[in-house]
Amino acid sequence: MSDAPAQLKVLVLVKYVPDAQFDRHLTGQTPRLDRSDSILSELDEYAVEAALQLIEAHGGTKAGHEVTVLTMGPDAASNAVKKTLQMGATRGLHLNDDALAGSDAAATSLALAEAIRHEGGFDLVITGMASTDAETSLVPSQLAERLGLPQVTLVSELSLEGGDVVARRDGDTETQYVRAPLPAIVSVTDQFEEPRYPNFKGIIGAKKKKTAPLSLADLGLGADAVGTDGSWTEVVSSEARPARTAGTVITDSGDAGVKLADFLADRKLL
Amino acid sequence: MSTTLVYLDARSLSAEGIGKAERELLTIAAARSAGSVVVAVSSPVDDDVAAGLGRFGATTVLVPSSDVTASLAAGPAAFAAAAAAESGADLVLLTNAGDSKEVAARLGIKLSAGVVTDVVAVAGDEYTKSVLAGTYTTRIRVKTATAVVTMKANSVEPAAAGDGAAEVRRLDVPEIGPSATVERTEAKPASGRPELADARVVVSGGRGLEGDFGPVEALADSLGAAVGASRAATDAGWIEHSYQVGQTGKTVSPQLYIAAGISGAVQHKAGMQTAQTIVAINSDPDAPIFEIADLGIVGDLTEILPQAAEEIKRRKA
Ligand SMILES: Cc1cc2nc3c(=O)[nH]c(=O)nc-3n(C[C@H](O)[C@H](O)[C@H](O)COP(=O)(O)OP(=O)(O)OC[C@H]3O[C@@H](n4cnc5c(N)ncnc54)[C@H](O)[C@@H]3O)c2cc1C
Repeated sequence: MSDAPAQLKVLVLVKYVPDAQFDRHLTGQTPRLDRSDSILSELDEYAVEAALQLIEAHGGTKAGHEVTVLTMGPDAASNAVKKTLQMGATRGLHLNDDALAGSDAAATSLALAEAIRHEGGFDLVITGMASTDAETSLVPSQLAERLGLPQVTLVSELSLEGGDVVARRDGDTETQYVRAPLPAIVSVTDQFEEPRYPNFKGIIGAKKKKTAPLSLADLGLGADAVGTDGSWTEVVSSEARPARTAGTVITDSGDAGVKLADFLADRKLL
Repeated sequence: MSTTLVYLDARSLSAEGIGKAERELLTIAAARSAGSVVVAVSSPVDDDVAAGLGRFGATTVLVPSSDVTASLAAGPAAFAAAAAAESGADLVLLTNAGDSKEVAARLGIKLSAGVVTDVVAVAGDEYTKSVLAGTYTTRIRVKTATAVVTMKANSVEPAAAGDGAAEVRRLDVPEIGPSATVERTEAKPASGRPELADARVVVSGGRGLEGDFGPVEALADSLGAAVGASRAATDAGWIEHSYQVGQTGKTVSPQLYIAAGISGAVQHKAGMQTAQTIVAINSDPDAPIFEIADLGIVGDLTEILPQAAEEIKRRKA
C-alpha cells in the first residue's frame, strides 16, 4: 500500500521484567519487586513484532521506515533493548535514572509521555498489552490521555489504511473493528502473530546499532515527579500467600469419575 | 460524607438484570456512602434498568447527553470525569473488565487520582489486591484526594440496599479529544452458561481434549459451571479466545476449578491458582498441574469426564 507516511516512524515501549518462570519476590520495608533474573517482557515481544511487520508491509527499513525502541529501567534494562535490536529494531533509547524506581502507573506514564514528546515525530507508539510484573495494563491508556492521542488498545490485527491505523479488538461479548488517525497509541495482545527469534544476521547487525541514554534532566522532569514521590499510589504491606501443595493423586482404574463425584460431595461442592 | 461514583458499561445492563460484578460494585458503594451512590452509565437506560440500579442502592443515575461509546475509551472517560466532578465523588468504582480498566486509566489522569486495579477488598483509603500471579497479597494506599478502583468479581455478596427510586439525569459530555472510532462490531454467540470471570465453578479444558470440548461442556453443565480453556485450546481454535484462563486470559478465583487435559504451565496457573479447590485430570502423572491440585486424577479424560458428568447428574436428580 502506498498510503503510509513517506517515512514511517514507530516507537515501541518495552520493559525489562522478572522472569515469571522463576519464583518472584517482593522485598523491603515498602515492598518492591526483586528485579534480578529479568528478561524482555514476553508480552512486549508482540509489540516489537507488530512494529516490524507494519514497516515491512510498506518496504521496511530500506524504504526509510524506522522502529525505535524505548525502555525505562535500571542499567540491566538495556538487555531488553538489545534483544529488540537483534529482532530488527533500528535503534534504542534507554531512560535510566535512580529516581524512577518505585514509579506507579501514573508516574511511569508521565516519564514515558515526556520521553515520547522529547524525541518527537512518531506516527505510532506500540506497547504490549500489560507488563508481566505489575499487570495493570494502565500505561497505554494513560499515555494516550497524557499525549492527547487516540488509543487503539488490546488489538490482535493491525494495518495502515488511507493514513489511518485500523485494527481488530477481541472483547468478551463482541469483536470490534476500529480506526484512528495517526499519530496514535497502540497496544497489542498475545493474539498477534508469534514474535520472531533473532537470527544470526540480526545478532551481528545489532552490534552496529545504537542505544542512546536519556535522563530525567533531558526530559525536564524533577526527581519528585516520578518514583515513589511522584506516584499516586503506594504499597503499604505485602504478604506471601502460602504456596499450594499437592493433595491426593489417584490413578483411574475405571471408576475415577465416580470418585470425583465423591470428592465433590465430601467438600460440599455438588 | 463520602460519595462513591460507580461507572458502568451500559452493555452489562439489561431489563433482565444487572450483571453480578456490577451488583457487587453497587453493594460496596452503598455500604460506604449510605445515601449518596451516584451511578454513571455509558448510554441512556430505560426505566426498568434505572429501577434495578435503584434497588441496589443508586440514588442518582447519570447518563451522557450524547453518544460516547463509539469512541474507544476516550468518550466514556470524558463522560466519567464529568460525572465524578458533578457528584463530587472521592471514590470511583469500576469493574475489572478490559474496557473498564481503560476508562479507569484515563480517568486517573483526568482527575489526578491514583488508580488501583484487580481489587478484592476496600477499607478506608487502602485497597487489597493480589499480585505476581496470586503469590502475594498486598495492600495499596491511594495518596490522592480521589481514588479510582477496579474491583474483581466475587469480592462481596451482592445485596439489595435501596427502594428502587433512582433519579435519572442527563449530563453534558465535555470535549472528547482525538480518539479511535469503533466502525463495526460482531457480536459473539452467548453460551447460556455462567460468566467465566465470576462463576463459582469452572471446568477448563486444554490440548488434551484434542479438539472436542463436548466432555468438558457436559461436566460443566452437570455442575452449573462456566467453561474455561488453556491457551493451547484457544490458539488451536477449538474455543473462543474469551474463554482463555491465565496470564493473558481471565483470572478466576472460583470455589472449584477443574482442569482437564491441561499441563499446568506458569501462564495458566497465573489465572487459576487462587481457586479454593483445584481438581486436575491428566494422563501424565508428572504434569505440573498435580503440584497444586487438591485432587489429582491420572487417567484418560475421555473416560473420566463423561462418567463424572453422569454420576453428578444422577446424584442431583
Ligand atoms: C506470553 C504468553 C502468555 C501465555 N498466556 C497463557 C494464558 O493466559 N493461559 C494459558 O493457559 N496459557 C498461556 N500461555 C501458554 C502456556 O505457556 C502453555 O503453552 C499452555 O497453557 C499449554 O496449554 P495446555 O496445558 O492445554 O497444553 P499442554 O501443555 O500441551 O498440555 C496438555 C496436557 O494434556 C494432557 N493430555 C493429553 N491427552 C490427554 C487425555 N486423553 N486425558 C488426559 N490428559 C491428556 C497431557 O498429558 C498434557 O499434560 C502463554 C504463553 C506465553 C508465551
